[in-house]
Amino acid sequence: MSSDIIIHEPFETAARQKVAVPFGVWSFLATECLFFGGIFLFYAYARWHGGEAFSAGAKETDIWFGSANTFILMTSSLTMAIAERATKEGLVRLARWMLWATIGFGLAFLVVKGFEYRKDISEHLIPGPHFKLEQGPAAQFWAFYWTVTVTHAIHLTIGLGVVGRLLWIDRRGDLAPHATTAEGTALYWHLVDIVWVILYPLLYLVGRP
Amino acid sequence: MSPNTQEGIVDRELRSPSYLQNGTTIRSWLLTTDHKRIGILYAMSITFFFFLGGIAATLIRLELISPTGLFLTNDEYNRAFTLHGIVMVWFFLVPSIPTTLGNFLLPMMIGAKDVAFPRLNLMSWYLFIAGGLLTVLALIAGGVDTGWTFYTPFSTLYSNSHVLLAAMGVFVVGFSSIATGVNFIATVHLLRAKGMTWMRLPLFGWAMYTTSLVMVLATPVLAMSLLLVVAERAFGLPIFDPRSGGDPLLFQHLFWFYSHPAVYIMVLPAFGVVSEIITCEARRRIFGYQFMVYAMVVIAVIGFMVWGHHMFVSGQSAFASLVFSFLSFVIAVPSAIKVFNWTGTLYRGQIRFSAPMLYALGFIGLFTIGGLTGLFLASIPIDVDLTDTYFVVAHFHYIMVGGSVSAFFGGLHFWWPKITGRMYSERLAQFAAISMFFGFNFTFFPQFIMGWMGMPRRYHLYAPEFQPWHVMSSMGAVVLAFGYAWPVFYLGWSLFKGQRAPDNPWDATGLEWQTRSPPPKENFDRTPVVTDGPYKYHPQDSTPHEVEQAQAPQVP
Ligand SMILES: [Cu+2]
Repeated sequence: MSSDIIIHEPFETAARQKVAVPFGVWSFLATECLFFGGIFLFYAYARWHGGEAFSAGAKETDIWFGSANTFILMTSSLTMAIAERATKEGLVRLARWMLWATIGFGLAFLVVKGFEYRKDISEHLIPGPHFKLEQGPAAQFWAFYWTVTVTHAIHLTIGLGVVGRLLWIDRRGDLAPHATTAEGTALYWHLVDIVWVILYPLLYLVGRP
Repeated sequence: MSPNTQEGIVDRELRSPSYLQNGTTIRSWLLTTDHKRIGILYAMSITFFFFLGGIAATLIRLELISPTGLFLTNDEYNRAFTLHGIVMVWFFLVPSIPTTLGNFLLPMMIGAKDVAFPRLNLMSWYLFIAGGLLTVLALIAGGVDTGWTFYTPFSTLYSNSHVLLAAMGVFVVGFSSIATGVNFIATVHLLRAKGMTWMRLPLFGWAMYTTSLVMVLATPVLAMSLLLVVAERAFGLPIFDPRSGGDPLLFQHLFWFYSHPAVYIMVLPAFGVVSEIITCEARRRIFGYQFMVYAMVVIAVIGFMVWGHHMFVSGQSAFASLVFSFLSFVIAVPSAIKVFNWTGTLYRGQIRFSAPMLYALGFIGLFTIGGLTGLFLASIPIDVDLTDTYFVVAHFHYIMVGGSVSAFFGGLHFWWPKITGRMYSERLAQFAAISMFFGFNFTFFPQFIMGWMGMPRRYHLYAPEFQPWHVMSSMGAVVLAFGYAWPVFYLGWSLFKGQRAPDNPWDATGLEWQTRSPPPKENFDRTPVVTDGPYKYHPQDSTPHEVEQAQAPQVP
């Protein structure tokens, strides 16, 4: 069963306090949407104007790394969702395992991404003097690739931090009363996943039959 | 004396200490989660930045006295106006009213103990300080010369100044804005006292709410545009670079998608402050409360749809310009409604020409001039002629400085007794308000004229026929500087020697006045319950004539 939460300032009622964290996180997610919206606008512009050359750049990405990471991150979404629900229901042991799994998948994503970066670098896919392809739209694609994946990875790292914080709360032994914290964390984690779901076709499926 | 005051004396010993006495160590301030103390921390920080930006403004106005320049090189002049712009916009104007008066008053006005996320509130201050340090570092390292707008490709490919540090500073301070915005939105939604319905919110509360919406939805786009600038400048990734097919216009779209709504981040809070002052000092209910609310909401929404009016000469399509021009005219309507309603509020009121009221009346005048000249600039043919002239400079200073800063000073005086528990000298404050009004007009009205004549902005060498106007403007700036510096002295004096303030020195009706001055940490000794709308300065149905009869004569 759900445990009672401790009311702290400035809240007067548990009902209000319960919605506060998710409410705040939802507002922050609105911010995040517009944040990523900016770079997606750049993508839309570059693809619209770049045409074939832009898709030619996109063909250089490694779809195997991308697909593996999509699979990993989607699975982490599942474990995070279970962890959140388990916390709410007071199933602390299950929640703990699922949080560790989420962290594991998150780290796995970063490791795969690291190998992918290594391959990209060895293939001279960083725009600049040694760029493999022609300057122009292909370089713009790769400018997008690097900027957006690094930004996403930073978000994911912050996500690992907030999931880790839940585990730390659990070590103190009061995970159960922190169900709303778990809900806020889950919301943020899912945002990071959703951004990746949008990125996957934009980065890996463009120009492929 | 009213019976309330006597009641107050009886239980004085039993009461908890005020928020100022509740811990007096530096540590208790730096780790505080009390919204009132965070407001004070912010107030001290933005005062520092205000004077930093002011020093840059002084250099600019001195330099412009002579058509051949006095003491700055071209490069130094570019750095001076860039510093002035960056510091004043992001480190003073945007945070000014929300983070100081807003932080302090919003929870009190809605009858809450604190903002919804007190620790996030403290974090936002630390983010502000971190962003400020980065920007000061950019200044110490040698400054930035791109102008506050960071236009590409100059900022990313050509500038030899410390663009990265400054851009990162603004990026970080943006997240402090977002944190404040998220916090205020949640606070207004979740923490209103019993009976405080949406349509009973004081207009200052609505102003904070709508401002926060704009902060949360616009600031991230600025963050992304600066991130892209950093990616292109630091890592050579071709994003806006035309040589790789990029488009510098894209940067302008992203930048103005934030920076036009940012004008409303600066001016919506001013609307709130002025509404509180005018109702109290005219002893009148606000004229057309609902229209005032909807006007702010409409301004916040349409504010997102007009950014293209900054780009009429940038090469955007004529059709886009037409739409943006039309929408820029549309947004003038709710602004005008507000001006008419403030004027309507004054009608048949019992007006006290106190210092806050003088600031508020000054706001209405200056904001109206700024708004009307905005219509000049919203119409494409005139804008094509006036783009990048002093006319534009004068226009946005009327809105942002004449408008917002006047309101900020008005609010500072109005709530000073509540915040500090001390009274200030009314005469000296009236003198400051009047000098600010005249100083402001002396400084910026000549800029309309020389702008109309063709004086371009961001030039320090100019044709000799503009000199009289520049000299006039610089003389006015002396008066204006006095108007800004003078309050530091008498308000500083009031902090230590001022008379103790009563709980409600202006007989105002807001909840924040129904508690002690300065308030206890929990804001209220007992949680308030709201039974009626704001601004109950006279019975709802009385005619103006009866109002006059019903009110006791005012002591000035
Ligand atoms: Cu604008």
